[in-house]
Amino acid sequence: MSRSRRLLIVGGIALAVWGMSYGLWYAVFAEHQALDNIGASLAGSFAAAAERNPVSMETSLEHYREAKYIYDRQVDVHGHWIGLAMLLIVLGIGFDRVNFSERLKVFLALGLLLGAVIFPLGVLLQTLSHGAFPRAIAIAGSALVIAALLGSAAGVVARDSSAGAG
Amino acid sequence: MSGSQALTSVSSSRERELAGFAALGARRLFLLGGVALILTGMLFGDIFAVFTLHQNAAQVGANLAAAAQAALAGNRQVVLANFKNVGAFLENRGTKVDTHVHIIDFGYLALMLAILQPWLVFTESVKRKLAWLFLTGAWLLPVAVYLIHYVGLARSPLKTIGWASIAADFGGLLVIIVTFVCLLGLWRHFRGKLAGPPDTLLADRSTEGRMLFAGGIALVLLGFFHGAYYAATDLYRHEAQDYSLLARMSAGAAEGAGTVVEEALAGYGQLQGTKAMNIAAHAHSIEFGLLAITLAFFQPYVRLRASWKRLWAGVLLLGSLLLPLCVLLEMRFGLVAGGLADVAGLLIIFALLAMGIGILRYTGELDASVRPTSGWGAPR
Repeated sequence: MSRSRRLLIVGGIALAVWGMSYGLWYAVFAEHQALDNIGASLAGSFAAAAERNPVSMETSLEHYREAKYIYDRQVDVHGHWIGLAMLLIVLGIGFDRVNFSERLKVFLALGLLLGAVIFPLGVLLQTLSHGAFPRAIAIAGSALVIAALLGSAAGVVARDSSAGAG
Repeated sequence: MSGSQALTSVSSSRERELAGFAALGARRLFLLGGVALILTGMLFGDIFAVFTLHQNAAQVGANLAAAAQAALAGNRQVVLANFKNVGAFLENRGTKVDTHVHIIDFGYLALMLAILQPWLVFTESVKRKLAWLFLTGAWLLPVAVYLIHYVGLARSPLKTIGWASIAADFGGLLVIIVTFVCLLGLWRHFRGKLAGPPDTLLADRSTEGRMLFAGGIALVLLGFFHGAYYAATDLYRHEAQDYSLLARMSAGAAEGAGTVVEEALAGYGQLQGTKAMNIAAHAHSIEFGLLAITLAFFQPYVRLRASWKRLWAGVLLLGSLLLPLCVLLEMRFGLVAGGLADVAGLLIIFALLAMGIGILRYTGELDASVRPTSGWGAPR
């Protein structure tokens, strides 16, 4: 098996195991508490509105906003790590259809793997900091995945046209 | 080549095929188990979309409106009672979406592990046990997640996690362990610097296989572009709107401004719909792309006429493109586009079912061709 295929398949399975383990950890230790927190803070804000207590209402809504922001990202991270891992595995299996030199294929495989790791990592870091840095990491990761996938698609088309010419 | 030599050659090629795809062998278990998981998950998703999704969203909206009206009237108890209902309806919806997503994703993973079987350096018996363990976990998790809403915390030893969640987590753990062991098997293959096994699946370059592979990559790319566009233009704006609409709702209620509450409620419902449709279109496009790429490798196992194989590959790709597109158009054209999305989902299910039947025909043919011909009932 070529180095590029090995990189994608082994990297993909490792990322899938990592993404699933992260999801399991989150489901056991954090998800139920997070959902309770979201529900309680939203209900609390409306209950405070019923009592005409604007300070408590705003505090509860702020808690809701923060808890929902974190929850959405945690779920996204789990889903994207596993989804991208499966993409790496299937691409790895079919990477011999990409008609480029092995060196370029390794470069594309590295781009895909790196992007698949750091895109969700950037999303995860957004739960720690609302600044621009985590967003920049997420954008860079997704751009890497898209660019490398486009490159791979170009390699598949190149193979098809050469087969047609032959 | 003489007749007997040709027969021997065909027979040995059949035996080689069977060795890699034996009845109840790991590859066949992963493949048929994976197709069954995906078909079940898709059928479940279609039934859920038609009979539960919209009704559930209406119930959530109605209870949220009732909570806002109760806040307007200054009735704290009714507010809390309505939010309890909102929580229950959201849990019902969330667990069903999770069931749908997990069962299909485990199906994809099973198909990928089926392809990788020849590279795993384990005995066939170990591989078979791993396949059974994987399928046990892959069925246990979604079934248990489905039951979370109904079982709740009944007789649970824990404060926040019920028995159904514990069973679901155990199912997930089984899948993780098997996937990790497969990674070790692959590692042993690379460490031993073994040559790649000859595999008809990976050598196939049929028209239907190429259609599915190229179409699958195009679908994944479309899904990526849509996701990137949504993240760049709408994601943060929608998050801000979510908060500001709820703030307007509760502030309007506190000030006794009924019109503000009504407007905010209407806007909130619209926003939730828009978010859900964008996320669904993004996820479905990528998932169907992955399915098409994975199925491209299994075309040699689909025992159907070439024209039928091409037709079903086309139907799968058409449904895979139509479904996310119609989900997006649902925002503008409502139930007509929603109905078309359901039809597109059915197209994918039919195509997958047809390929599954083709694979079953292949397994039957393969098993029959190497069945021992001596003994009671054998042809004379």
